[in-house]
Amino acid sequence: MSLSGAELLRQIKSQIDEVDPSEVKELIDEGVTIIDVRGTEEFATGHLPGAKSVPRGHLESRIDGVVPDRSTQVILYCASGNRSAYAARTLSEDLGFDHVRSMTGGITLWKDRGYEVEIPRALSAEQRERYSRHLLIPEIGVEGQEKLLDAKVLLLGAGGLGSPTALYLAAAGVGTLGIVDDDEVDLSNLQRQVIHNTYRIGTPKVESAEESIRALNPDVKVVKYPTRIDASNIVEIIEGYDVIVDGVDNFPTRYLLNDASVRLKIPVVSASILGFDGQLSVFKPYEGPCYRCLFREPPPAELAPSCGANGVLGVLPGTMGLLQATEVVKLIVGIGEPAIGRLLLYDALGATLTEVKVHRDPDCPICSRDPEEISDEELGVFPDYEAFCAAAG
Amino acid sequence: MATIKIPPVLRASVGGEKEVGATGESVGAVLRDLASSHPATESQLFSADGELNRYVNVYLNDEDVRVLDGLHTAVGEGDTLVILPAMAGGAT
Repeated sequence: MSLSGAELLRQIKSQIDEVDPSEVKELIDEGVTIIDVRGTEEFATGHLPGAKSVPRGHLESRIDGVVPDRSTQVILYCASGNRSAYAARTLSEDLGFDHVRSMTGGITLWKDRGYEVEIPRALSAEQRERYSRHLLIPEIGVEGQEKLLDAKVLLLGAGGLGSPTALYLAAAGVGTLGIVDDDEVDLSNLQRQVIHNTYRIGTPKVESAEESIRALNPDVKVVKYPTRIDASNIVEIIEGYDVIVDGVDNFPTRYLLNDASVRLKIPVVSASILGFDGQLSVFKPYEGPCYRCLFREPPPAELAPSCGANGVLGVLPGTMGLLQATEVVKLIVGIGEPAIGRLLLYDALGATLTEVKVHRDPDCPICSRDPEEISDEELGVFPDYEAFCAAAG
Repeated sequence: MATIKIPPVLRASVGGEKEVGATGESVGAVLRDLASSHPATESQLFSADGELNRYVNVYLNDEDVRVLDGLHTAVGEGDTLVILPAMAGGAT
């Protein structure tokens, strides 16, 4: 004679061990393995602290990945204690687990008792779709995507380098993008500054960039700084950011940024471009060299054509900006080998990439000292370079 | 003969070439040979006291000569020297 559903459930429950939520609460502190067998959507609304999600429909195929040892003490729960009862029988009868129990009353009773519920930072259905190609890469996955969504990246400049970097970081779901730029969109920018467009000529670049980012990915919060970085505002602006993208066009600011970022221990992904050539390196304070270790002094004006306008192949800042964006993502997610202690030299005409080593300078005026020893007065200390530039016209 | 990679800002001083050959048994000798063939490079590479300018890095293959023996570092046939002045290269 066949059983009704209710009869089967009673029979199952008589064959398995059950445990009261009060005992589970004690066992949590002892590190017992707790498995939530509800669906992933239910799990996302809140679960027992430390519980792992193995939906009952995937129990047999996924339990080994979560609990490889059959002798582990395992507690299963669901919403009310029924699905976990079936799952407990499967684990003990079919899969040979020695110590499996089902929590009576499920998470409903757990909540009624006033016990703690952990609500996971889950990606929304839309985010799962938007970032699906990231979620498919094991090196990024949900965890890496959440790191990106929590990250704060500051872009110095929304120009040639900043344009592609900002667009791709926004697309990648970097949660907060700060943009420092006091310029307005000019027709001559549009040969390479792809975040802006013809209709926005005359618009502040921070506004134009924000509009493009919003249209691309509304997940991203844009913080606008329509100003120039100088010694008086740099610490206030860069403090709190996880990574800084350096696309500045002059030496004084580059040295100022270096000194302040070392003091605040914020990594800087730096690139520069000229003509058909680009350079890229990652300066991670105290883990690798800083910019002053690489170039103790700026060159004289005639060797540093950064004072006025210079020609550049329009796609080159795209190439270098996207190398920067790649390094930013790697730093945030914590994968790969960032270009720390290495300088990459890209020759677009020759299609060659040369790499040279950069060492920490034990006598570096900045990063050979503790960050708290670097005073405000020392930030961006620099030979009289602006006067040199002015003299050079 | 060693190969010297010339950075963009120095190319005008060597007739627009990206790479130039030069001879010498040390980094200093190779750079001196470059400076004698292309005199415009001398003041850009060397300071008045004959040392490398502090704003110019020179790499033997991929290593900074300052962590080797500086201008005395031995150079072999087929080695490549990279001259690298700081590049502020603009975003704007």
